[in-house]
Amino acid sequence: MNLHDYEPGDFYDELFIEQGQPRLDAIPLVDRINSLSMEELQRRQQSAQIALFKMGVTFNVYGDTQGTERIFPFDIIPRIVSANEWAKLEKGLKQRIYALNLFLADIYDEQKIIRDSVIPAELIYSATGFFKQCMGVKPPEGIWCHITGTDLVRDRAGEWYVLEDNLRCPSGVSYVLESRRVMKSTLPLVFETMNIQPVEEYPSHLLETLLNLAPHHLPDPTVVLLTPGIYNSAYFEQSFLAQQMGVELVEGRDLVVSDGYLQMRTTKGLKRVDVVYRRIDDDFIDPLAFRADSLLGIPGLMEVYRAGRVGLANALGTGVADDKVIYSFVPAMIRYYLGEEPILANVPTYLCWEPQQQSHVLANLDKLVVKCANESGGYGMLIGPHSTQAQRDEFAEKIKAQPRNYIAQPTLSLSRVPSLIGDQFEGCHVDLRPYVLYGKEIYVNPGGLTRVALKKGSLVVNSSQGGGSKDTWVICQ
Amino acid sequence: MLSRVADSIYWLNRYIERAENIARFIDVNLNLLLDSPIGVTQQWEPLVLTTGDLPLFKERYGEATAENVIRFLTFDSNYSNSILSCLNSARNNARSVREIISSEMWQQVNAFYFMVKEAAQADSPGQLPEFFSEVKLASHLFAGITNATMTHNEGWHFGQIGRLLERADKTSRILDVKYFILLPSVKDVGTTLDDLQWIALLRSASAYEMYRKQGLHRITPMSVAKFLVLEREFPRSMRFCIQQAERSLHEITGTPIGTWCNPAERTLGRLRSDLDYLTIDEIVHVGLHEFLDSLQQRMNEVGKNVFETFFALEPANR
Repeated sequence: MNLHDYEPGDFYDELFIEQGQPRLDAIPLVDRINSLSMEELQRRQQSAQIALFKMGVTFNVYGDTQGTERIFPFDIIPRIVSANEWAKLEKGLKQRIYALNLFLADIYDEQKIIRDSVIPAELIYSATGFFKQCMGVKPPEGIWCHITGTDLVRDRAGEWYVLEDNLRCPSGVSYVLESRRVMKSTLPLVFETMNIQPVEEYPSHLLETLLNLAPHHLPDPTVVLLTPGIYNSAYFEQSFLAQQMGVELVEGRDLVVSDGYLQMRTTKGLKRVDVVYRRIDDDFIDPLAFRADSLLGIPGLMEVYRAGRVGLANALGTGVADDKVIYSFVPAMIRYYLGEEPILANVPTYLCWEPQQQSHVLANLDKLVVKCANESGGYGMLIGPHSTQAQRDEFAEKIKAQPRNYIAQPTLSLSRVPSLIGDQFEGCHVDLRPYVLYGKEIYVNPGGLTRVALKKGSLVVNSSQGGGSKDTWVICQ
Repeated sequence: MLSRVADSIYWLNRYIERAENIARFIDVNLNLLLDSPIGVTQQWEPLVLTTGDLPLFKERYGEATAENVIRFLTFDSNYSNSILSCLNSARNNARSVREIISSEMWQQVNAFYFMVKEAAQADSPGQLPEFFSEVKLASHLFAGITNATMTHNEGWHFGQIGRLLERADKTSRILDVKYFILLPSVKDVGTTLDDLQWIALLRSASAYEMYRKQGLHRITPMSVAKFLVLEREFPRSMRFCIQQAERSLHEITGTPIGTWCNPAERTLGRLRSDLDYLTIDEIVHVGLHEFLDSLQQRMNEVGKNVFETFFALEPANR
C-alpha cells in the first residue's frame, strides 16, 4: 500500500488536500514514506515503540491493581503544522493565556468582571475549582498560570477551536520531547530535508519560568518538583522533568513547614525551598487549608504561600477557569480585559444552567456532546450521535437535576491524519495540545502533543481511553 | 540530598543484597541434599530459622519440607522477605529515585524483578539450581553497574551502607545456623558429613576457595568462624563489611574515622573497633552463638541510628 492511495475522506486531513495530493509542507514526508516498503515502515514503527518503552515513557492506568505501566501507543506518521497556521496559533494562545491570567488575578481580588456583569457571581462561586482560601493572595509577578497545555481541535473546514484550557497540572510534555527524540532516529532523512522547529528547549524554559517565581534577592533559589508519588499516572513525566531541569523531585512527606518557611528534609538537616512546581491538585496540597484527609500535602503550606515566602506553579485556584461553564466565558474575558477580539475561537457551548439553552440541549441530545463541567480525561460525557436512548434519558435526568454541572457542544468532525494501523494507512482523528509557559514573557513551545484516536472512527483521544500520540512538526517561517 | 531519597537508595541496595543471600542459603542446601548419604534427613528448618521468621512459617505452612521452605523463601508474595518480595520492594524504591540513580541501574533492577516474577509464574522445580545462580549473578550485576555508572556521592555511600549491613547480618546468620543447629550432635564431629557441611557453609558465602587460599588448608569449625567473622580482606566477612560501612558513613558526614558526631558513627565505630581487636578465642569463650546474637543486635542498633540520624528528620519546633 502506498500513501498516494490513502483516502482522506470527508474530513479535514492534516497531510492531504485530496487523494494523491499532499499539502505543500507534507510533500517530502509523503515521498519518503512512499519510498519505504510497508514491512520497513512497520519495523520502524515497532522499534520506535520499543525505544519509548525502554526509555520508560509509560503511564500508569488507574484501577489496575497490578500497577501496570503502559506505553502510550505511538504512530510514526507525524502531524504537520504550517508556519502560517502556527503563527496564528501562537498569537492566539498568548492572547488567551494573558487574558486568563488577568481574569484569575481579578477574580481572587476585586472581582470587577462580576461587578460589571460579564460573568454571574453564582457561576464563579459554584465552580469546584474556585477556592475562597485564595482570595487576596498575590502570587509573585502577578502570574497565576505559569504552565498551560491548551487543547485545540480543528473541524471539517480546518478551523481551529480551543476545546479546553487545562490550567491546573497539564501533563504530556514528556511525550513531546521523547517522541521527537525517537522520530529523529525513525525518519532521519526527512528531518534533513524539512525545516522543523526544535522542541528541546522546553525544560530550560520551564526552569527559567520557575526561577522567575523566587524572591529576587535570593542568589541561589531552590526549586523542587512536587509529585504525588510513584503510583501517579504521570509519575514518569514528573521524574523526567525533574531530571531534565536538575531539580529535586519531592513528595509531600519530604516537605515540612518550619520557622515560617517551606523546608525539605535532607540528610544534612532542613533546607529551605523557594519554588515548587506542584503536580498535586489544589485541594490536596495543604490539609490545614483544603481537604483535611489529604495525605499528599504539606500542612501549613498555604500560610507560607500567603506570606509570599514560597512560589507555587501553578498558583492555587487556577482551576476555576478550567470549569467548562467558565470556559464558555473566555472570549468575553478577552474582550473585557484586553478590548480585543479573540484570535482563537471557543467551541460553541450551551450552558444547561440557562433555561433556554437547556431546552435546546434536551431537544437535541442525539446530536450534541454533553460534558460534565468539572470532569476531564474524557470521563463523564455523552456523545450524542453514538449514544443509546437509555443513555440519553439518563443524561437528561442528570441535566435537569444539576443544570449547573452540564454543558453541551456540537459534535465536531475532528481533523484527521493518516496513521499506520496494521499494514494499512487509515485516517485517524487528532487534537493538539501545545504547551505554554508564562514567566518573564509568554513562551509557546513550537509543537505539542498530537493525540490520536487509534480506534477506527473513534473521536476520543485521551490516553486513559485508548488514544495514542504522534509527533507534531511545526514548520519554520 | 533528600532524606527520602537516601532512605530509598539504602533500601534498594539492602533488598537486592537480601534477595541474593536468600538465594545463597537455598542453593547451598539444595547442593547438600545431593551429597547427603541416603537415609540422612535433610534439614530445611534451619533455613527459615536464619531469617528469624520461623513462627510465621509454621503458622502459614506447618511442616518444613523442601518444597514449603523454598516456596516460602522464594516466591511467597505475602512474605515480605521472600526473594520475590525483596525484588518488588527494591524496584519500588528504585522507581521513586529514578532521576537520581543511573538508568542502567534502573534497567537492571527492572530486568531482575521480571526475571524473578517470571520464574515465580513458571515454577518448574527442575530449573531451580539455575534460578538461584541467576539471582546471585543478577545481584552482582546490579552492584557492579552501581559502582561503574553512579557517581560515588552521598547517595552511593548510603547504598553501600545498606548493602554492607545486610551482608554482615546474613553472613552472621549463615554461620550461626550451622554452628548452633548442626554441630551439637557430638558423634558427627569430624565425619565426612560434617566436613561436607562446613564446605557447604563456606560455599554459601562464596568463601570456600578464598578460605583455602589463605593457607589454612584444614577445615575446622574454629577457623571457618574466624574467617567469616574476623577476616580483614574477604568481602563477605563481617569485619570487612563493617569496616567498609564505617568508611562510607564517614564519607557522608566528613567526620574523621575514630571520632563521632552522631549515634550512627558512635555505634558503628565501636562495633568496628571491637572486631578489629577481638580474637577467635575470646569469641569462643563467650560462645559463638551468643557472640553472633549480640553482633546482630548491635547491627540492628546501627541501622536504627542511621535511620534516626539521616532519614527520620523532624523539625525542632514541632
